[in-house]
Amino acid sequence: MTPKLAKKARLRFDRHSGRHMVIYPERGLALNDSAAAIAMRCDGTRTVSEIVEEIALEAGVPAAERSSLEQDVVEFVALLAQKGLLEP
Amino acid sequence: MSAPRPYTLIAELTYRCPLRCPYCSNPTNLADHDGELGTEEWKRVLGEAEALGVVQVHFTGGEPLARKDLEQLVARARELDLYSNLVTSGVPLTKERLVTLANAGLDHVQVSIQSARPERADAIAGYAAHPQKIQVMRWVTDLGLPLTMNVVLHRANLDEIDELVALAEDVGASRLELANTQYVAWALSNRNALLPTRGQLDMAAEAASKHKARLQGKIDVLFVKPDYFGTTPKACMDGWARRFIHMVPDGRVLPCHAATSITTLRFDSVKDRPLADIWTSSDALLAYRGEAWMPEPCKSCDRRSIDFGGCRCQAFALTGDASATDPACERAPQHALVEAARKSADGPNDRRYLYRGR
Repeated sequence: MTPKLAKKARLRFDRHSGRHMVIYPERGLALNDSAAAIAMRCDGTRTVSEIVEEIALEAGVPAAERSSLEQDVVEFVALLAQKGLLEP
Repeated sequence: MSAPRPYTLIAELTYRCPLRCPYCSNPTNLADHDGELGTEEWKRVLGEAEALGVVQVHFTGGEPLARKDLEQLVARARELDLYSNLVTSGVPLTKERLVTLANAGLDHVQVSIQSARPERADAIAGYAAHPQKIQVMRWVTDLGLPLTMNVVLHRANLDEIDELVALAEDVGASRLELANTQYVAWALSNRNALLPTRGQLDMAAEAASKHKARLQGKIDVLFVKPDYFGTTPKACMDGWARRFIHMVPDGRVLPCHAATSITTLRFDSVKDRPLADIWTSSDALLAYRGEAWMPEPCKSCDRRSIDFGGCRCQAFALTGDASATDPACERAPQHALVEAARKSADGPNDRRYLYRGR
Protein backbone atom coordinates (compact mmCIF):
# COMPACT_ATOMS: atom_id res chain seq x y z
CA MET A 1 0.00 0.00 0.00
CA THR A 2 1.27 3.44 -0.94
CA PRO A 3 -0.75 5.90 1.15
CA LYS A 4 -1.86 9.07 -0.60
CA LEU A 5 -3.59 12.07 0.95
CA ALA A 6 -7.19 12.34 -0.21
CA LYS A 7 -8.13 14.97 -2.78
CA LYS A 8 -10.17 16.82 -0.21
CA ALA A 9 -7.17 17.18 2.14
CA ARG A 10 -4.54 19.89 1.68
CA LEU A 11 -1.28 19.82 3.59
CA ARG A 12 0.09 23.30 4.14
CA PHE A 13 2.35 25.25 6.45
CA ASP A 14 0.60 27.48 8.97
CA ARG A 15 2.58 30.66 9.43
CA HIS A 16 0.68 31.53 12.61
CA SER A 17 1.61 28.41 14.59
CA GLY A 18 4.80 27.49 12.72
CA ARG A 19 3.38 24.01 12.14
CA HIS A 20 1.95 22.09 9.25
CA MET A 21 -1.78 21.48 9.04
CA VAL A 22 -3.96 19.13 7.05
CA ILE A 23 -7.00 21.13 6.03
CA TYR A 24 -10.16 19.47 4.79
CA PRO A 25 -13.80 20.49 4.59
CA GLU A 26 -14.86 22.17 7.82
CA ARG A 27 -11.90 20.74 9.71
CA GLY A 28 -8.17 21.03 10.20
CA LEU A 29 -5.56 18.84 11.82
CA ALA A 30 -2.54 20.55 13.38
CA LEU A 31 0.56 18.38 12.95
CA ASN A 32 3.70 18.17 15.03
CA ASP A 33 6.99 17.86 13.15
CA SER A 34 7.05 14.08 13.07
CA ALA A 35 3.46 13.83 11.84
CA ALA A 36 4.22 16.46 9.19
CA ALA A 37 7.25 14.44 8.02
CA ILE A 38 4.95 11.45 7.52
CA ALA A 39 2.05 13.38 5.94
CA MET A 40 4.25 15.06 3.34
CA ARG A 41 5.41 11.61 2.19
CA CYS A 42 1.86 10.30 1.76
CA ASP A 43 1.85 11.07 -1.97
CA GLY A 44 1.05 7.66 -3.37
CA THR A 45 4.64 6.89 -4.47
CA ARG A 46 6.02 5.44 -1.24
CA THR A 47 5.09 2.38 0.80
CA VAL A 48 4.90 2.65 4.58
CA SER A 49 8.31 0.99 4.94
CA GLU A 50 9.82 3.39 2.41
CA ILE A 51 8.40 6.29 4.43
CA VAL A 52 9.99 4.85 7.59
CA GLU A 53 13.29 4.36 5.74
CA GLU A 54 13.37 7.94 4.46
CA ILE A 55 12.54 9.54 7.78
CA ALA A 56 15.06 7.35 9.58
CA LEU A 57 17.79 8.36 7.15
CA GLU A 58 16.89 12.03 7.20
CA ALA A 59 16.58 12.30 10.98
CA GLY A 60 19.45 9.91 11.68
CA VAL A 61 17.28 7.55 13.75
CA PRO A 62 19.47 4.84 15.33
CA ALA A 63 18.63 1.24 14.50
CA ALA A 64 17.46 0.61 18.05
CA GLU A 65 14.68 3.20 17.68
CA ARG A 66 13.62 2.07 14.26
CA SER A 67 10.72 -0.09 15.41
CA SER A 68 9.24 2.72 17.47
CA LEU A 69 9.44 5.02 14.45
CA GLU A 70 7.78 2.36 12.34
CA GLN A 71 4.98 2.08 14.86
CA ASP A 72 4.48 5.88 14.79
CA VAL A 73 4.20 5.85 11.02
CA VAL A 74 1.78 2.93 10.95
CA GLU A 75 -0.39 4.54 13.62
CA PHE A 76 -0.46 7.95 11.98
CA VAL A 77 -1.26 6.52 8.55
CA ALA A 78 -4.09 4.53 10.17
CA LEU A 79 -5.39 7.71 11.80
CA LEU A 80 -5.41 9.51 8.45
CA ALA A 81 -7.25 6.58 6.87
CA GLN A 82 -9.78 6.44 9.67
CA LYS A 83 -10.51 10.14 9.20
CA GLY A 84 -11.03 9.54 5.49
CA LEU A 85 -7.96 11.66 4.68
CA LEU A 86 -6.31 9.02 2.47
CA GLU A 87 -7.46 7.98 -0.98
CA PRO A 88 -9.45 4.75 -0.48
CA MET B 1 -9.65 38.80 27.30
CA SER B 2 -7.58 38.45 24.15
CA ALA B 3 -9.48 37.39 21.06
CA PRO B 4 -9.29 33.73 20.05
CA ARG B 5 -7.84 32.73 16.68
CA PRO B 6 -10.46 32.34 13.98
CA TYR B 7 -9.83 29.42 11.60
CA THR B 8 -12.73 29.76 9.19
CA LEU B 9 -14.33 32.58 7.25
CA ILE B 10 -17.86 32.02 6.06
CA ALA B 11 -18.35 34.52 3.27
CA GLU B 12 -21.98 35.00 2.30
CA LEU B 13 -21.37 36.80 -0.97
CA THR B 14 -25.01 37.48 -1.78
CA TYR B 15 -28.52 36.72 -0.58
CA ARG B 16 -29.70 36.31 -4.19
CA CYS B 17 -30.82 32.75 -4.96
CA PRO B 18 -33.22 31.21 -7.48
CA LEU B 19 -34.31 28.59 -4.93
CA ARG B 20 -36.93 29.23 -2.27
CA CYS B 21 -36.26 26.52 0.34
CA PRO B 22 -38.55 26.88 3.37
CA TYR B 23 -35.64 26.24 5.77
CA CYS B 24 -33.29 28.81 4.22
CA SER B 25 -30.78 30.16 6.75
CA ASN B 26 -30.84 33.65 5.24
CA PRO B 27 -32.75 36.35 7.16
CA THR B 28 -36.53 36.48 6.82
CA ASN B 29 -36.38 40.23 6.16
CA LEU B 30 -34.26 39.92 3.00
CA ALA B 31 -35.53 43.15 1.51
CA ASP B 32 -34.15 45.18 4.44
CA HIS B 33 -30.53 44.34 3.70
CA ASP B 34 -28.08 46.73 2.09
CA GLY B 35 -26.05 46.33 -1.08
CA GLU B 36 -23.30 43.77 -1.52
CA LEU B 37 -19.59 44.34 -0.97
CA GLY B 38 -17.63 44.83 -4.18
CA THR B 39 -14.86 42.64 -5.55
CA GLU B 40 -11.98 44.72 -4.23
CA GLU B 41 -13.55 44.91 -0.77
CA TRP B 42 -13.89 41.13 -0.61
CA LYS B 43 -10.29 40.69 -1.79
CA ARG B 44 -9.11 42.99 0.98
CA VAL B 45 -11.21 41.17 3.58
CA LEU B 46 -9.81 37.77 2.51
CA GLY B 47 -6.32 39.11 3.17
CA GLU B 48 -7.35 40.54 6.53
CA ALA B 49 -8.96 37.22 7.50
CA GLU B 50 -5.81 35.28 6.60
CA ALA B 51 -3.76 37.68 8.71
CA LEU B 52 -6.02 36.92 11.67
CA GLY B 53 -5.39 33.18 11.33
CA VAL B 54 -8.10 31.98 8.97
CA VAL B 55 -7.09 28.93 6.90
CA GLN B 56 -10.39 28.01 5.28
CA VAL B 57 -13.02 30.04 3.46
CA HIS B 58 -16.53 28.97 2.52
CA PHE B 59 -18.02 30.96 -0.35
CA THR B 60 -21.73 30.77 0.21
CA GLY B 61 -24.92 32.81 0.06
CA GLY B 62 -27.68 32.88 -1.15
CA GLU B 63 -26.24 31.42 -4.28
CA PRO B 64 -22.58 32.51 -4.60
CA LEU B 65 -22.63 31.69 -8.33
CA ALA B 66 -24.85 34.74 -8.73
CA ARG B 67 -21.66 36.80 -8.28
CA LYS B 68 -19.80 37.24 -11.55
CA ASP B 69 -16.55 37.87 -9.66
CA LEU B 70 -16.53 34.49 -7.87
CA GLU B 71 -13.57 33.33 -9.97
CA GLN B 72 -11.53 36.34 -8.85
CA LEU B 73 -12.35 35.69 -5.20
CA VAL B 74 -11.39 32.01 -5.51
CA ALA B 75 -8.10 33.04 -7.13
CA ARG B 76 -7.45 35.51 -4.31
CA ALA B 77 -8.13 32.77 -1.73
CA ARG B 78 -5.63 30.51 -3.49
CA GLU B 79 -3.06 33.31 -3.59
CA LEU B 80 -3.42 33.52 0.20
CA ASP B 81 -3.15 29.71 0.53
CA LEU B 82 -6.67 29.54 1.96
CA TYR B 83 -8.61 26.28 1.51
CA SER B 84 -11.64 27.32 -0.49
CA ASN B 85 -15.03 25.66 -0.50
CA LEU B 86 -17.90 26.59 -2.78
CA VAL B 87 -21.25 26.01 -1.09
CA THR B 88 -23.80 25.98 -3.88
CA SER B 89 -27.16 24.86 -5.14
CA GLY B 90 -25.52 24.33 -8.53
CA VAL B 91 -27.95 26.78 -10.15
CA PRO B 92 -26.99 28.40 -12.46
CA LEU B 93 -23.73 26.74 -13.46
CA THR B 94 -22.15 25.54 -16.69
CA LYS B 95 -19.35 23.02 -16.93
CA GLU B 96 -17.15 25.72 -18.46
CA ARG B 97 -17.55 27.95 -15.44
CA LEU B 98 -16.83 25.07 -13.08
CA VAL B 99 -13.59 24.40 -15.00
CA THR B 100 -12.65 28.06 -14.65
CA LEU B 101 -13.30 27.93 -10.91
CA ALA B 102 -11.25 24.74 -10.57
CA ASN B 103 -8.39 26.36 -12.48
CA ALA B 104 -8.61 29.40 -10.24
CA GLY B 105 -7.76 27.09 -7.34
CA LEU B 106 -11.06 25.96 -5.87
CA ASP B 107 -10.40 23.14 -3.37
CA HIS B 108 -13.84 21.68 -2.74
CA VAL B 109 -17.48 21.92 -3.76
CA GLN B 110 -20.55 21.34 -1.62
CA VAL B 111 -23.82 20.84 -3.45
CA SER B 112 -27.10 20.80 -1.57
CA ILE B 113 -29.96 18.64 -2.72
CA GLN B 114 -33.46 18.65 -1.27
CA SER B 115 -34.40 15.01 -1.74
CA ALA B 116 -33.28 11.92 -3.67
CA ARG B 117 -36.64 11.99 -5.50
CA PRO B 118 -36.85 14.63 -8.24
CA GLU B 119 -40.48 15.67 -7.75
CA ARG B 120 -40.15 15.89 -4.03
CA ALA B 121 -36.87 17.80 -4.34
CA ASP B 122 -38.40 20.44 -6.56
CA ALA B 123 -41.47 20.77 -4.33
CA ILE B 124 -39.21 21.47 -1.34
CA ALA B 125 -36.94 23.90 -3.22
CA GLY B 126 -39.89 25.71 -4.79
CA TYR B 127 -37.92 25.54 -8.03
CA ALA B 128 -37.19 22.84 -10.65
CA ALA B 129 -33.48 22.37 -9.99
CA HIS B 130 -32.98 18.69 -9.20
CA PRO B 131 -31.69 17.35 -12.56
CA GLN B 132 -29.24 20.26 -12.82
CA LYS B 133 -27.94 19.54 -9.29
CA ILE B 134 -27.28 15.89 -10.15
CA GLN B 135 -25.49 16.99 -13.32
CA VAL B 136 -23.38 19.49 -11.37
CA MET B 137 -22.34 16.86 -8.83
CA ARG B 138 -21.17 14.61 -11.67
CA TRP B 139 -19.21 17.46 -13.27
CA VAL B 140 -17.52 18.15 -9.93
CA THR B 141 -16.30 14.59 -9.49
CA ASP B 142 -15.48 14.18 -13.21
CA LEU B 143 -13.15 17.14 -12.86
CA GLY B 144 -11.47 15.46 -9.90
CA LEU B 145 -12.76 18.00 -7.39
CA PRO B 146 -13.78 16.64 -3.99
CA LEU B 147 -17.53 16.79 -3.42
CA THR B 148 -19.71 17.06 -0.36
CA MET B 149 -23.36 16.28 -0.95
CA ASN B 150 -25.45 18.13 1.61
CA VAL B 151 -29.05 17.44 2.50
CA VAL B 152 -31.12 19.36 5.01
CA LEU B 153 -33.38 16.82 6.71
CA HIS B 154 -36.94 17.32 7.95
CA ARG B 155 -40.35 15.65 8.09
CA ALA B 156 -40.66 15.37 4.29
CA ASN B 157 -37.36 13.61 3.52
CA LEU B 158 -36.12 11.84 6.67
CA ASP B 159 -37.40 8.54 5.28
CA GLU B 160 -34.88 8.72 2.41
CA ILE B 161 -31.55 7.99 4.11
CA ASP B 162 -30.87 4.82 2.07
CA GLU B 163 -31.70 6.57 -1.21
CA LEU B 164 -29.62 9.63 -0.33
CA VAL B 165 -26.59 7.52 0.57
CA ALA B 166 -26.98 5.55 -2.68
CA LEU B 167 -27.08 8.82 -4.62
CA ALA B 168 -23.95 10.10 -2.84
CA GLU B 169 -22.14 6.88 -3.76
CA ASP B 170 -23.38 7.08 -7.33
CA VAL B 171 -22.16 10.65 -7.93
CA GLY B 172 -18.84 9.96 -6.21
CA ALA B 173 -19.14 12.24 -3.18
CA SER B 174 -16.36 11.98 -0.62
CA ARG B 175 -18.52 13.48 2.10
CA LEU B 176 -22.24 13.31 2.85
CA GLU B 177 -23.74 15.79 5.23
CA LEU B 178 -27.17 14.74 6.50
CA ALA B 179 -28.04 17.77 8.56
CA ASN B 180 -31.32 18.04 10.37
CA THR B 181 -32.97 21.43 10.12
CA GLN B 182 -32.03 23.97 12.78
CA TYR B 183 -35.04 26.02 13.70
CA VAL B 184 -33.88 29.58 13.13
CA ALA B 185 -34.62 32.01 10.26
CA TRP B 186 -37.06 30.62 7.62
CA ALA B 187 -37.08 27.21 9.30
CA LEU B 188 -38.58 28.74 12.42
CA SER B 189 -41.41 30.20 10.33
CA ASN B 190 -41.98 26.71 8.89
CA ARG B 191 -41.46 24.76 12.08
CA ASN B 192 -44.79 22.95 12.10
CA ALA B 193 -44.25 21.79 8.53
CA LEU B 194 -40.64 20.70 9.04
CA LEU B 195 -40.32 19.21 12.53
CA PRO B 196 -40.26 15.41 12.24
CA THR B 197 -41.61 12.85 14.68
CA ARG B 198 -39.20 11.19 17.08
CA GLY B 199 -39.87 7.88 15.36
CA GLN B 200 -38.83 9.26 11.96
CA LEU B 201 -35.70 10.72 13.46
CA ASP B 202 -34.64 7.54 15.28
CA MET B 203 -35.06 5.44 12.15
CA ALA B 204 -33.05 7.91 10.09
CA ALA B 205 -30.28 8.09 12.70
CA GLU B 206 -30.01 4.32 12.78
CA ALA B 207 -29.86 4.06 8.99
CA ALA B 208 -27.21 6.78 8.81
CA SER B 209 -25.08 5.13 11.44
CA LYS B 210 -25.13 1.82 9.53
CA HIS B 211 -23.98 3.55 6.33
CA LYS B 212 -21.35 5.53 8.21
CA ALA B 213 -19.77 2.31 9.46
CA ARG B 214 -20.02 0.63 6.06
CA LEU B 215 -18.47 3.57 4.20
CA GLN B 216 -15.76 4.50 6.69
CA GLY B 217 -12.61 5.68 4.95
CA LYS B 218 -14.54 6.05 1.65
CA ILE B 219 -17.36 8.49 2.28
CA ASP B 220 -17.47 10.55 5.43
CA VAL B 221 -21.14 10.30 6.48
CA LEU B 222 -22.22 12.96 8.97
CA PHE B 223 -25.61 12.91 10.61
CA VAL B 224 -26.36 16.15 12.45
CA LYS B 225 -29.11 15.66 15.00
CA PRO B 226 -31.71 18.34 15.59
CA ASP B 227 -31.27 19.96 18.98
CA TYR B 228 -35.05 19.96 19.53
CA PHE B 229 -34.87 16.22 20.24
CA GLY B 230 -31.76 16.14 22.38
CA THR B 231 -31.09 16.77 26.04
CA THR B 232 -28.21 19.19 25.60
CA PRO B 233 -27.93 22.13 23.23
CA LYS B 234 -25.70 22.13 20.15
CA ALA B 235 -22.21 23.59 20.48
CA CYS B 236 -23.33 26.39 18.21
CA MET B 237 -20.43 27.60 15.99
CA ASP B 238 -18.03 26.08 18.56
CA GLY B 239 -18.77 29.16 20.65
CA TRP B 240 -19.79 32.72 19.82
CA ALA B 241 -17.08 34.53 17.80
CA ARG B 242 -14.53 31.90 18.72
CA ARG B 243 -13.48 29.89 15.64
CA PHE B 244 -15.69 31.27 12.86
CA ILE B 245 -15.97 34.68 11.26
CA HIS B 246 -19.27 34.96 9.47
CA MET B 247 -19.70 37.78 6.99
CA VAL B 248 -22.97 38.77 5.39
CA PRO B 249 -23.22 40.27 1.89
CA ASP B 250 -23.24 43.90 3.03
CA GLY B 251 -19.95 43.49 4.93
CA ARG B 252 -21.18 43.13 8.49
CA VAL B 253 -19.26 40.70 10.69
CA LEU B 254 -21.31 38.16 12.62
CA PRO B 255 -20.61 35.12 14.80
CA CYS B 256 -23.06 33.04 12.68
CA HIS B 257 -25.48 33.31 9.77
CA ALA B 258 -28.53 34.06 11.88
CA ALA B 259 -27.21 36.63 14.32
CA THR B 260 -28.82 39.66 12.67
CA SER B 261 -32.08 38.19 14.00
CA ILE B 262 -30.93 39.30 17.46
CA THR B 263 -32.27 42.81 17.12
CA THR B 264 -30.67 44.01 20.36
CA LEU B 265 -27.21 43.78 18.77
CA ARG B 266 -25.58 46.05 16.22
CA PHE B 267 -22.98 44.42 14.00
CA ASP B 268 -20.00 46.35 12.63
CA SER B 269 -19.10 46.36 8.95
CA VAL B 270 -15.76 46.03 7.18
CA LYS B 271 -16.86 49.11 5.24
CA ASP B 272 -16.23 51.12 8.43
CA ARG B 273 -13.54 49.28 10.41
CA PRO B 274 -10.73 46.81 9.69
CA LEU B 275 -11.70 43.17 10.22
CA ALA B 276 -9.10 42.63 12.96
CA ASP B 277 -10.48 45.56 14.90
CA ILE B 278 -14.03 44.20 14.64
CA TRP B 279 -12.95 40.68 15.57
CA THR B 280 -11.13 41.77 18.72
CA SER B 281 -13.32 44.57 19.99
CA SER B 282 -16.73 44.90 18.38
CA ASP B 283 -19.45 45.08 21.05
CA ALA B 284 -21.63 42.50 19.31
CA LEU B 285 -18.83 39.92 19.09
CA LEU B 286 -17.79 40.55 22.69
CA ALA B 287 -21.39 40.24 23.91
CA TYR B 288 -21.42 36.43 24.15
CA ARG B 289 -17.77 35.50 23.63
CA GLY B 290 -16.38 33.41 26.48
CA GLU B 291 -18.38 32.63 29.61
CA ALA B 292 -18.81 35.94 31.45
CA TRP B 293 -22.30 36.55 29.97
CA MET B 294 -23.72 33.21 31.09
CA PRO B 295 -26.71 33.02 33.41
CA GLU B 296 -27.41 30.04 35.64
CA PRO B 297 -27.71 27.13 35.03
CA CYS B 298 -25.01 27.62 32.33
CA LYS B 299 -22.56 29.50 34.55
CA SER B 300 -21.94 26.55 36.85
CA CYS B 301 -22.72 23.82 34.31
CA ASP B 302 -20.07 21.15 33.73
CA ARG B 303 -20.86 21.32 30.00
CA ARG B 304 -20.34 25.06 29.56
CA SER B 305 -17.01 24.63 27.76
CA ILE B 306 -18.45 21.82 25.62
CA ASP B 307 -21.63 23.40 24.25
CA PHE B 308 -20.95 27.07 25.11
CA GLY B 309 -24.49 27.60 26.34
CA GLY B 310 -26.00 26.61 22.99
CA CYS B 311 -27.43 28.93 20.38
CA ARG B 312 -27.95 32.63 21.16
CA CYS B 313 -30.20 33.15 18.14
CA GLN B 314 -32.46 30.34 19.26
CA ALA B 315 -32.54 31.73 22.80
CA PHE B 316 -33.57 35.14 21.46
CA ALA B 317 -36.13 33.78 19.00
CA LEU B 318 -37.85 31.59 21.57
CA THR B 319 -37.54 33.63 24.78
CA GLY B 320 -36.86 37.20 23.64
CA ASP B 321 -33.62 37.21 25.65
CA ALA B 322 -30.41 36.38 23.78
CA SER B 323 -28.57 35.65 27.03
CA ALA B 324 -31.08 33.06 28.22
CA THR B 325 -30.04 29.43 28.41
CA ASP B 326 -30.83 27.81 25.05
CA PRO B 327 -34.31 26.27 25.51
CA ALA B 328 -33.08 23.16 23.65
CA CYS B 329 -31.19 22.28 26.83
CA GLU B 330 -33.20 20.10 29.20
CA ARG B 331 -31.76 22.11 32.11
CA ALA B 332 -33.04 25.40 30.66
CA PRO B 333 -35.77 27.16 32.66
CA GLN B 334 -37.72 27.53 29.40
CA HIS B 335 -37.18 24.04 27.99
CA ALA B 336 -40.97 23.61 27.92
CA LEU B 337 -41.04 25.88 24.83
CA VAL B 338 -39.22 23.25 22.81
CA GLU B 339 -41.33 20.41 24.15
CA ALA B 340 -44.48 22.35 23.26
CA ALA B 341 -43.19 22.98 19.72
CA ARG B 342 -42.56 19.27 19.21
CA LYS B 343 -46.02 18.43 20.48
CA SER B 344 -47.63 21.07 18.30
CA ALA B 345 -45.84 19.81 15.18
CA ASP B 346 -47.12 16.29 15.84
CA GLY B 347 -50.70 17.51 16.05
CA PRO B 348 -53.04 18.28 13.16
CA ASN B 349 -51.38 21.02 11.14
CA ASP B 350 -51.42 22.97 7.95
CA ARG B 351 -48.09 21.73 6.61
CA ARG B 352 -47.92 23.99 3.57
CA TYR B 353 -44.57 25.76 3.29
CA LEU B 354 -44.02 29.45 3.58
CA TYR B 355 -41.41 29.66 0.82
CA ARG B 356 -38.43 31.95 1.13
CA GLY B 357 -38.89 35.22 -0.73
CA ARG B 358 -36.44 36.50 -3.29
